[in-house]
Order: sequence, then structure tokens, then C-alpha cells
Amino acid sequence: MDASDLSLVDLSRAQFALTAMYHWLFVPLTLGLGVIISIMETLYYKTGDTEWKRITQFWMKLFGINFAIGVATGIILEFEFGTNWSNYSWFVGDIFGAPLAIEGILAFFMESTFIAVMFFGWNKVSKSFHLASTWLTVIGATLSALWILAANAWMQYPDGMTFNPDTMRNEMTDFWSVLLSPVAINKFTHTVFSGWIVGAAFCLGVSAWFLLKKKEKNLSYKSIRIAALFGFLGAFLTALTGDGSAQQVAQRQPMKLAAMEGLYEGKTEAGMVAFGVLNPAKQTYNDTISPFLVKIEIPGLLSLLSFRETGAFVPGITNLMDGGFIKKINGAQDTALSSDEKMIRGKLAIQALSDYKQARKDSHDSLANVHKATLNTYYQHFGYGFVPSKDTLVPPVPLVFYAFHIMITLGIFFLGLFLLTGFLTWKDRLHKQRWLLWIAILGIPLAWICSESGWIVAEVGRQPWVIQDIMPTYAAVSDLKPGSVLITFVLFAILFTVLLIAEVGIMLRQIRKGPEEVH
Amino acid sequence: MVNPVRQVFRFYYEGFKDMKLGRTLWLIILIKLFILFFILKLFFFPDFLNSRFKSDSQKSEYVGTQLTRHRVP
Repeated sequence: MDASDLSLVDLSRAQFALTAMYHWLFVPLTLGLGVIISIMETLYYKTGDTEWKRITQFWMKLFGINFAIGVATGIILEFEFGTNWSNYSWFVGDIFGAPLAIEGILAFFMESTFIAVMFFGWNKVSKSFHLASTWLTVIGATLSALWILAANAWMQYPDGMTFNPDTMRNEMTDFWSVLLSPVAINKFTHTVFSGWIVGAAFCLGVSAWFLLKKKEKNLSYKSIRIAALFGFLGAFLTALTGDGSAQQVAQRQPMKLAAMEGLYEGKTEAGMVAFGVLNPAKQTYNDTISPFLVKIEIPGLLSLLSFRETGAFVPGITNLMDGGFIKKINGAQDTALSSDEKMIRGKLAIQALSDYKQARKDSHDSLANVHKATLNTYYQHFGYGFVPSKDTLVPPVPLVFYAFHIMITLGIFFLGLFLLTGFLTWKDRLHKQRWLLWIAILGIPLAWICSESGWIVAEVGRQPWVIQDIMPTYAAVSDLKPGSVLITFVLFAILFTVLLIAEVGIMLRQIRKGPEEVH
Repeated sequence: MVNPVRQVFRFYYEGFKDMKLGRTLWLIILIKLFILFFILKLFFFPDFLNSRFKSDSQKSEYVGTQLTRHRVP
């Protein structure tokens, strides 16, 4: 690849990362706060206490601000698929297109219909219909997320398809294995539950601010009780599904797991890093420099979490490059191929594709069938045929490692924060713990850092693959001028920053104004 | 007999009429959608393949050539 190709790839990746991370500032709050307001309105419905209605209407207003600013920000990602990632879009269109279309349809018809009743329907529709609409709004948002996350899960674990060399497209052969693969189920649940943490942390932090200002104590205590319980549940379920996700990663994306742990040399009874500082001097996987300056491990934990046996071998980056170790997927064992062998098979696959196309042009059908059979044999390593050198198979270890450990650390922090604030609210003592109220406020940005860190692990950890083992990023980009990508990168940065400033400004104004009288 | 279409229309009409903060939010939404679809999409984000090729066979031929071009010898 030449230098301009690389800058085009990096700019396209940077642009997608920027827009995806900005989009993800709004979505988790919708998912989490949506459930919280649904719970609050349920309590109003059951008790008839109009204070619950007032509380619900306050948080619903903040939900509405976030929803309005965030709505349609995801459409930009679809624009980018068509413009910047045209090879990828064509290659996976039959699989990616359907979930994205369903996401859009669900969002438009379900969310937008019921959100109108949610905001306009107070005192105009029955209490039960209004409550149902509130729940259906967040269920619609959650179901929307299901489809895009299933599409993303397919990128990490491509399954349920067959490649058609006549159309150059992957064609879906098994819809349910795409939607319900173990990777998809874990990814969807883990992502949604992490949104619950963000919603709960937001509710907790804003309520803590009210307590610091010595106002709205009743609203704050009621809200914190719900946020703490819901947030603790969300954090617990996020940890559970995170464990499931890591198990899938260990089997299907072992290089990502190795990067998450900074594991270069594999071992049995592999420990999990509880605290570590990577050595910045380590530049390549096969230099002799020690990867860590400081490392504190929990012995055997990585083997246990990855393969459910403390004695299991967890391959490091070097092992994944050299191959030869025994790998286990779904209980079946196989000897791992080296990267060199995979690259040979990838080249054979691409050559077979080229030969097939030529044979079809020349109307040599029997020869075409031979080449097609070769292509099918080596297709699972198709992407390796594009890899210029082995070291490009290693994702950026420091970014993935630190993002993973920031995410885990903050996850544990939130478990403790929700537990403690919930307990002190129950004892009617939280408003006296000013130090904890300030920590709760700090929890608002930390929740987003935790959530975004998870996405960095997922998406940077899979590099260089845009489809694991099948297509690397540099084969996926459109043949554009890097300058045009840079222009749109800057435009997006400006647009999203303005939207973010608008959201924060309007939110802060509304929070300072506080809840209104019930209407 | 109340016309349901009229009922729904009144529901939305009164809802929008009574909005205060909602008007600001709707203004932001409309500006955002205008920028997305009439500026960004029109001028900066044409569909790469649709803008260059008419038929699916042309697109698949192009992608096939791109992929085989990117392979490492």
C-alpha cells in the first residue's frame, strides 16, 4: 500500500470513530433514562401519588432534550458507509442492509409514535395508555439498538452467510444465526445494560446536585432510590454479560483478548491484570522488550474467565502469530494456524476469486467451478490475503489495554457507588455526605467514559479487521481523495460539538430551573 | 361519531401549540435534519457506487477489481 492509501484509511477510520463516539454520547442516556422514567411513571400509576408524576415529568423533560439532540445523529454513520466504505457496503450489503433498515423503521414508527403520546398525552389519554406509551418508547429504542448491534456483532463474528463471487456479496443464509449468535446476544445485552449505568449515573448525579444545593430533597431521595437500585442492577448485569462477551472474544477474536490484557506470551493459568503500566519502549510484538513497567495480576483469572478452567492456555500475541497451539471453540479442539499460513491461504482465496472471474468471462464453467471450490475452501482467511505484513495484525495494544481496564475499574466503581448511595438514602443520611454527593456528580462524565471505553475495546481491538478475518479496513475503503475525507471529518467535528454544547447548555438550564408543578 | 383522523390531528396540533422548551428542541431538530440531508448528504456524502455506476453488475465488477487490486502479491 502506498502512503496516500494509508492516510485515506486512517482518515476514514478516524471520521467513523469520531461520529460513532459522538452518536454514543446520546444513545445510552436514552436507553437508561428511558427505563428510569418508565419505572417512575409506573410508581405514579400504582400509587396515584402526584409527586411521582411531578418527578417523572422532570426527568422526562431531560430525556426529551437528550432524545431531540441525539435523534438522527446515527444517520451520518449510514452516509459514511455509502461514501467512505463502499467496498465494505457492497461486500456485506445483503447482511448489513436489512438490520439497518429495520432499525430505522422501528425507530421511526415505534419510538416517534409513542414519544408523541408520552409528551403530548398527559391528561389527554388514559393513565394506562400513557404509561404503556412511555414503556413502548424505551422498548422501541432498545429494539432499535438490537438490530445495529446484531450487525456490529456480525462484523466481529461473521456467520450465517455465504460469499457469492458473481455478485461479490456475502449473502445471508441463516437470519437467526446472524441475529442470535452468542456474540450478538452478549453484545446487545452488554451494551443495553451499560446504557442503564449511564442513565442511573445521570439521575444520581443530578439528584446529588440538588441535595448539595439543599433543594428538592424529596425528589432527589425518591430519584436516587430508583437510580441506585436500577444502576446497581445495570452494573451487575453489565459485568455478567461482559464476562460472556469476553468468553466469546477469547474463542473468536483471541488477538483482541491478548491486546486487552497486554499478553504477548501465552500461558496456562494465565492471570488477569488488576493493575498495569505498559512499557512504552515496546514497539513490536517480537522485540525482546518487556511489555510492562508495572503489573499486578490475579493468578489464573484470565484462564478461568476465558475458558472456564484455571489451567487453560490463553494465547498471547506471539503465539497467535506463530500458531501451533491447541485452540478450543465450542468444545472442539484444533491446532492454530500461524499468521504466515493464514496469509498464504488468504492469497490463495483472492487468487481463486480472480481466476474464477476470468474463467467466467472466458465461459470456462468447469474451470470456474474448480476456482470457486478453492475460494470456498480458503474463504474464512480471505482477508489475510490483503495483509501487507504480519505486525499489522496486532491492534494498538496500549489503547485497547487501557480502555479495557478503565472500563472495568469504572464498572466496579459504579457498583460501589450505587450500593453506597442507595444504602445511605435508605438511612436518610445521604444529604449529609457532601463528599459522596460530589463523587456522584463526578460519576456523570465517568459513566460516559466507561461506556465509550467499552466501544474502544470492541472496535479498536478488532483492527485491522472490519470483518474479522474476511476483510481488513484497507480493502474496505472507497477510492477517495484523502482531502475530501479530511473536510468532512472537520465538518462533523464542528457539527457534533455544536450539538453537544447545545445539549449540555439546555440540560443545565433545565436542571437549574428544576421540576415544575405537576401538569 | 368522532373522526379518528381529526382526533389524532387535534392531539398533535394541541401538543405542538402548547410546547415551550419543545419549540427550541424542534428548531434544533429541523436545523440538524436540514444540515444532514440538504448539505452534508447532497454535497459531501454521495453514495460512491451509485454515483459512478448504474447497474449492479457494474458495481460488483468494480468492487471485484478493487479487492483484487488491494491484494498483496
